[in-house]
Amino acid sequence: MLRTARRRRAKDGGVWYPRWFWPSFAAPGAVWLLVLFAVPFYVVLSVAFGTVDPIFRNPVPVWNPIQWYPGTFRDVLGQIFGTNAFLGPPFLRTFLYVAMASAICLLIAYPVAYYVARYAGRRRGMLLVLLIAPFWISYMMRMLAWVNLLGNDGLVNRSLTSLHLVGHPVAWLSGRPITVVLGLVYGYIPYMILPLFAGLDRIDTNLLEAARDLGANRARTFARVTLPLSKQAILAGMVIVALPMFGDYFTNDLLSGSPKTSMIGNLIDDSVGTPGQGTNAAVLVLILTVILIIPMLYYVSSTGRATRERSG
Amino acid sequence: MSEVAARSPMGNRFRNPWRKPRILESFIWLYLAWSILPVAIAVLFSFNAGRSRSTWQGFSLRWYFKDPVLSVWHDPNLHTALFQTLRLAALTTIIAVPLGVAFAIGIDRWRGRIAATFNFQMLLSFVMPELIIGVTLLFVFANLLSFVHLGTKAQFLGLVTFQVSYPVIIVRARMLSIGKEYEEAAMDLGASPVQALRRVLLPLLYPAIFASAVLVFADVIDDFVIVRYLSSDASTEPMAVKIFNSARASPTPALNALATIMLTTSLLLIVLGYVGYRFSTRGERRGAGPGFGDFAAEL
Repeated sequence: MLRTARRRRAKDGGVWYPRWFWPSFAAPGAVWLLVLFAVPFYVVLSVAFGTVDPIFRNPVPVWNPIQWYPGTFRDVLGQIFGTNAFLGPPFLRTFLYVAMASAICLLIAYPVAYYVARYAGRRRGMLLVLLIAPFWISYMMRMLAWVNLLGNDGLVNRSLTSLHLVGHPVAWLSGRPITVVLGLVYGYIPYMILPLFAGLDRIDTNLLEAARDLGANRARTFARVTLPLSKQAILAGMVIVALPMFGDYFTNDLLSGSPKTSMIGNLIDDSVGTPGQGTNAAVLVLILTVILIIPMLYYVSSTGRATRERSG
Repeated sequence: MSEVAARSPMGNRFRNPWRKPRILESFIWLYLAWSILPVAIAVLFSFNAGRSRSTWQGFSLRWYFKDPVLSVWHDPNLHTALFQTLRLAALTTIIAVPLGVAFAIGIDRWRGRIAATFNFQMLLSFVMPELIIGVTLLFVFANLLSFVHLGTKAQFLGLVTFQVSYPVIIVRARMLSIGKEYEEAAMDLGASPVQALRRVLLPLLYPAIFASAVLVFADVIDDFVIVRYLSSDASTEPMAVKIFNSARASPTPALNALATIMLTTSLLLIVLGYVGYRFSTRGERRGAGPGFGDFAAEL
């Protein structure tokens, strides 16, 4: 009985179903992503190495790789790295802002996730709900809330002036790096708390007890056991907030709107909307993709590894 | 024990291993205040009687429907945006969820290099920043698939592309935690693989399917980058784009009202989702049953 069942299972897909049976389940989704996710990168390559229509100023893609024109690409690289590199500062700034914002995210998110994972007790469910609440509040609404608060007659300035901490309202919303960085932190921190919480929650408390039994104090237990065991979660959390920050331009537009704080995302968004700049936008998108490919591959491979571990 | 305590450099109070982490506790309350209060204030001012978004001038529903010109209900711009958002969210959920669930089931059984490549493609689409997806699709609809005109159709195609990985990831995670045993038991009892799939695996997947539908719907409501690039004109701009466009240009509290409506829709959805989740996991309840935390973990 068992043997026949096993034989039947071994055969499924072979005798009972044609070989294309299970693949046909995956096919619609796979083809959808092929056409609208993978192929578009070839289109961007063709646009980036294409030309610009002399009259309408719209980009003209060149489909044949042999005829690709590298001029625009070279120009943009020159604008980033060359002597008259006016695109250099936004690139540097992007790295700086993203590094600062993800570091601040980690400094805030780690204690929060740690508390909920270790000490929340009966209030754990409620705290989790409150922690994921920002996921359900639109990003734009959360930024709008800060635009309201940080305006010249907003609550922040009014509190500061009424406490006589500043003489006159601070123009928080005109080109201040700190506003942009804190805006990024505010926007993306929920995405970090959840992986950190999941990682910290998985740590076996027996290990912590063993460390304490063997004479380590709290700080030492944390530094030698908890922290090393949560390294994966920290890295995953950093990557998951840094990736969208690199592609962010709207936080900057809403909270600063000044070229003094513009990032790669702003460069792309500005050139997409400008006639004659479409080719530049494609080149910048390619450069951004290349910059991000290593963290993206890291994240994909680490989730793949976690999946394999869970499936045993 | 006393030796341990003696070695501890801290004072007496810190020797108790069960002491409450008060500093940590106050930190988390500060964090929650920082994360929720700004939004609460924005919601509050959507009920302001005056035009200000920072001075309270009394309670009114003026910005929702009472004001004959500027309220969300009467300003044609704002209420077109509201319906565009809901339309896109519904369309995207209806297509992306079945597409993703079928993909998850298929890729789980389909071994080999092609399957691995498609799985990799799906995971990459999950981590790719939206800006990159939005701009590449804009080029595609302008140069290659030029029969797709910008507007609702292009937005829908873009949103499904961006969202389809969520149901795949959620459903596959659930399949891993279910394991193969139930299906194998069904097949040992004589079910064909398709019967086992339909009668055993699929019902076990309902919670995950449900959770991913809620997630996709809510995420489309929140979406901004793709819908903005792929919109044709003001009539296909959803709520998030309207908020972005007018946030810095002396808006009225009607904008807050619009954002509050978005927020309420999402919250209603999550309550509905939770009820549905409780219902679809009713067979698995032990003791108090899966709480909200489990539902959240499913997401």
